Amino acid sequence: MSEREWPLYEVFVRGKRGLNHVHVGSLHAADDDMAVRHARDVYTRRNEGVSIWVVRSDAITASSPDEKDPLFAPSGDKVYRHPTFYTIPDDVPHM
Amino acid sequence: MTTSDATGMESRELQEQFDAIIARNDRIEPRDWMPEGYRKTLVRQVAQHAHSEIIGMQPEGNWITRAPSLRRKAILLAKVQDEAGHGLYLYSACETLGASRGELTQKLLDGTQKYSSIFNYPTLSYADVGTIGWLVDGAAICNQVPLCRTSFGPYGRAMIRICKEESFHQRQGYELLMTMMRGTDEQRAMVQESVDRFWWPALMMFGPPDAESPNTAQSMAWGIKRNTNDDLRQRFVDMTVPQAEALGVTLPDPDLRWNDERGAHDFGQPDWDDFMQVVKGNGPCNAQRIAHRRKAHDDGAWVREAATAFAARTSEVAG
Ligand SMILES: [Fe+2]
Ligand SMILES: [Fe+2]
Repeated sequence: MSEREWPLYEVFVRGKRGLNHVHVGSLHAADDDMAVRHARDVYTRRNEGVSIWVVRSDAITASSPDEKDPLFAPSGDKVYRHPTFYTIPDDVPHM
Repeated sequence: MTTSDATGMESRELQEQFDAIIARNDRIEPRDWMPEGYRKTLVRQVAQHAHSEIIGMQPEGNWITRAPSLRRKAILLAKVQDEAGHGLYLYSACETLGASRGELTQKLLDGTQKYSSIFNYPTLSYADVGTIGWLVDGAAICNQVPLCRTSFGPYGRAMIRICKEESFHQRQGYELLMTMMRGTDEQRAMVQESVDRFWWPALMMFGPPDAESPNTAQSMAWGIKRNTNDDLRQRFVDMTVPQAEALGVTLPDPDLRWNDERGAHDFGQPDWDDFMQVVKGNGPCNAQRIAHRRKAHDDGAWVREAATAFAARTSEVAG
């Protein structure tokens, strides 16, 4: 018998107030509510979270996985965006 | 230049990129190009690992309804529930390699994918719950800590979560045995009898000796495995001997002794013929474990169907 598989969801957990939600893994569920419940049981058995997001994996749009992706090229040659680009004498305080 | 030259060059470049990531000890992520052999080896290993967690619930689950106290029952329930969680983390990692959950489940049920042989031994007394936590989870920790640095990102991340939880498993087992050792002579005898049964199967958990493990070299070159079977077995023995002494039990190996020169323990070899028999399906509980898993899967079919129907209905109503 071939059952239709429940859709895959990606799970994001906020560890505590003040932190971002972080991707922790995925799971299968019949619908969104069940995905939240399953996420609680699978990923937060020891107070690992105060908030859970779930989103269907097929709803995620991702950049190409290649590291040399031209998508990231614009930031590659802009060293002046980093504070270390600027030389300030050591005796100037609080900088 | 012909098209086949072009793809040949492209695939060489992809292979070089992959090799460079492995060489600098970086992680491969799911959407990266990877050699087919790497993907296949990982699917096999991660699936087998996931199946082991799932089947591994059975030997201890056997005692939940007969736990000697509410405290022990709550602990055992939590432990077995963790193993279910470990299975799910690992299935999730395996699916990032393109395997489907339904297919993985099917391959466990029809025996085309294996699980660890340790779970084909019966649990005959409550002391076995303690021994499994101490020795079986202990051996699993030995295997799994280095896997936190495995080259495939999702597998390593699953291992990190798992390792955090395993320490509770081992400690509750050891504490259970300590409690029994402080009890009556009969209880102490139960602990010793249990350790006698599980010691050799625990050593087998690291797999055959290096000389008979043909895939180890390739797995290590790919950064999937970080240590050989014999290395990990040695590490486990060295860690366990002082724990056995503190507990007051004897490990059932007449060849076990400290070797000053090597700075490690010498020890005997498990019965590898027996191991192969269990791997081939002839262990004491192989048939029972799979039959139980199949029944649980079949008995759950109506729940899966009902949830699917409910989800379809509610999304229809929501329009
Ligand atoms: Fe586990
Ligand atoms: Fe465990």
